[in-house]
Amino acid sequence: MSLWSRHKIFETNSIILLIGVLIVISIGGLVEIVPLFYLKSTIEKVEGVRPYTPLELAGRNVYVREGCYNCHSQMIRPLRDEVERYGHYSLAAESMYDRPFQWGSKRTGPDLARVGNKYSDEWHRDHLNDPRAVVPGSIMPSYPWLTQRELEPSLVADDMKVQAALGVPYSPEMIAKAATDLRTQATTDDPDAAALASRYPKVQARDFDGNPQRLTEADALIAYLQMLGTQVDFKLYDNKANVR
Amino acid sequence: MTQAATSQKSMTFGEAGSALAFAALALLCIIIAAKAHTPEYAFHAYLFAAASGWAAFKIVDRYYDRPALLPPLTINGKPNYNMGPVKFATIAGVFWGVAGFVIGLLIASQLAFPALNFDTAWLSFGRMRPLHTSAVIFAFGGNVLIATSLYVVQRTSRARLVGDIAPWFVVLGYNFFIVIAGTGYLLGITQGKEYAEPEWYADLWLTVVWVAYLLVFLGTVMRRKEPHIYVANWFYLAFILTIAVLHLGNNATIPVSIFSPKSYIVWAGVQDAMVQWWYGHNAVGFFLTAGFLAIMYYFIPKRAERPVYSYRLSIIHFWALIFLYIWAGPHHLHYTALPDWAQTLGMTFSIMLWMPSWGGMINGLMTLSGAWDKLRTDPVLRMMVVSVAFYGMATFEGPLMSVKAVNSLSHYTDWTIGHVHSGALGWVAYVSFGAIYCLVPWLWNKERLYSMKAVNWHFWISTLGIVLYISSMWVAGILQGLMWRAYTSLGFLEYSFIETVEAMHPFYVIRALGGALFVGGSLIMAWNVWKTITAAQDVAVEVTPALAAAE
Repeated sequence: MSLWSRHKIFETNSIILLIGVLIVISIGGLVEIVPLFYLKSTIEKVEGVRPYTPLELAGRNVYVREGCYNCHSQMIRPLRDEVERYGHYSLAAESMYDRPFQWGSKRTGPDLARVGNKYSDEWHRDHLNDPRAVVPGSIMPSYPWLTQRELEPSLVADDMKVQAALGVPYSPEMIAKAATDLRTQATTDDPDAAALASRYPKVQARDFDGNPQRLTEADALIAYLQMLGTQVDFKLYDNKANVR
Repeated sequence: MTQAATSQKSMTFGEAGSALAFAALALLCIIIAAKAHTPEYAFHAYLFAAASGWAAFKIVDRYYDRPALLPPLTINGKPNYNMGPVKFATIAGVFWGVAGFVIGLLIASQLAFPALNFDTAWLSFGRMRPLHTSAVIFAFGGNVLIATSLYVVQRTSRARLVGDIAPWFVVLGYNFFIVIAGTGYLLGITQGKEYAEPEWYADLWLTVVWVAYLLVFLGTVMRRKEPHIYVANWFYLAFILTIAVLHLGNNATIPVSIFSPKSYIVWAGVQDAMVQWWYGHNAVGFFLTAGFLAIMYYFIPKRAERPVYSYRLSIIHFWALIFLYIWAGPHHLHYTALPDWAQTLGMTFSIMLWMPSWGGMINGLMTLSGAWDKLRTDPVLRMMVVSVAFYGMATFEGPLMSVKAVNSLSHYTDWTIGHVHSGALGWVAYVSFGAIYCLVPWLWNKERLYSMKAVNWHFWISTLGIVLYISSMWVAGILQGLMWRAYTSLGFLEYSFIETVEAMHPFYVIRALGGALFVGGSLIMAWNVWKTITAAQDVAVEVTPALAAAE
């Protein structure tokens, strides 16, 4: 009886085959995924990373809805040309509140991990409205509906509640103030801006879409884009701090 | 109808239970629709309500129409195969294939000519691209896998499918999932995870359908009259099981509310990335590879009328492939914030994966030994053999691209897109076309396909399309990768990003041309399938011996 004939047990018993398959396919996934949840080196603690503001979160949801990840990555690799083109390589901590992660897999357009503060709000507005108006060779679709669609501030608190349940440090106060914080951030010189900044350090608050009368999806998306990659101050970041 | 006949007839537990469940689901969906947070979600809830209501009605209606006894398992000692669901999935496969290729052609053209986005939300690239990937992978590929698996498992087990309503539930439920997922993308309902875009309620529905699929498949295997489980069924079983595990792991989300389409994934950032590509790469490994290898292991020997080349090789192929594939996911995350140890593991196993992949290719190709002359005369067999050759090529290119040094150039470029399509068009689609060309005459009891000449045309037109597609994407990808990292003699980056985009234009046009040829080929197939089904010539119930168990 050769070793090959031992395989008969799998071929003649469907449940043993099923259990065999389950064991064999489980090993790789368990070895690669489980340690990511307890190895401290997976995500270093980095000063400055904070949860998204209500407006940024709403903007991120627009980003996800329109499928921006199909053409734009948010992950700068530690390669010379990428660091020079886009800025400091991305840290794991910078996407620790990203549900889902939006690292992307294709750069039909440029990486956006550090696009924040590189262009003016007006540029973003024009660019989203008609990319070829500002970048003639662009092949990006136009998104004229973003400045037309109203943003509903009252719903975002529900989103934050779910995220808080999943471990994002949104305090009860942040959730209670979600709708007003959202409005405040989309308004230039709002009296509550200081309170907003106390909850979300370094937050940029102003009318992003160029129309103070309306709160639109463009307000949210531009607020999100202008924040991308700006949370960590790389003048202070010590990349040796976590080396053991 | 006499009193006696009706009094003997009674509803089965399955009929009564599923009719009630569907009625309850319809009611629940109407309530959800009424309180939905967004009109898009309300539309989906109404779709669910309509489909469930129809299903409940149809089950009761079918009960009144059917004879008192359910169809027998055997007729005169021969298995009474249940091919209705197989026929439906085969036609659905052809339909979704053409639809998916057309959408692919549209998005390829959008990249060459952005005006084709028409400034319209639902037509824009970001929403159409997931529609394309889902349509070809899950709608076309999925229906072909369901059709062939339900066919092969019956034939090789010499047994009728388990369940009366269940096989129909699998086929119709799966296609309903496709409709929900696809319309969802167009309406902006997405999880934002590649190849796992459907939102929580579509995922939940798919889970129920998939469990039914597993039970129907496994139940039929258990009912087999053959002592051994045929090798194709090992691959089908591994595909069904692993996809279930991956689906549950990667779609672990918490909905914002039952009245909202939006959900948030329990994994975040780097962990989410790892889970995503554990899923994403094994959607390739188990959906697009293991499942289609099962097709190879049944349809190539059958069509070539030769046994599988090596039984021992198929054992090694099977276990090595399913063990190694699972590890390969991190090669999608080279040089990212994923820890290095995970990247290195992913690369190492990706390279090892080359061996079982080529083992499988050799097993498929060598099955033709002694029958190579058939390649000249049988374009269907040629299509399947070329698909195995493309499989070999794509599974060589894959390990190559998983090497970190190569990946630093190829990642984020169109080289990846070209690689995927040499696998998707050359391997998955070709072996599917081959299987469809085999299945249609068998299922509809026709002597042969309507036109072999048309198959030949399909083969050559789409082969030309594939060659244009992948060669243009190789050049585009490598060119763009090199342009991104090019420096001037003074040490500055030589090209701005937009210059690298503009350089892609001619290749995007060539790619769209290749895609158009591929669409043309698929239309020829759809026509040929239609003519075959509606042709007058019929054969008496075909008597084919079941394949011998691999031994």
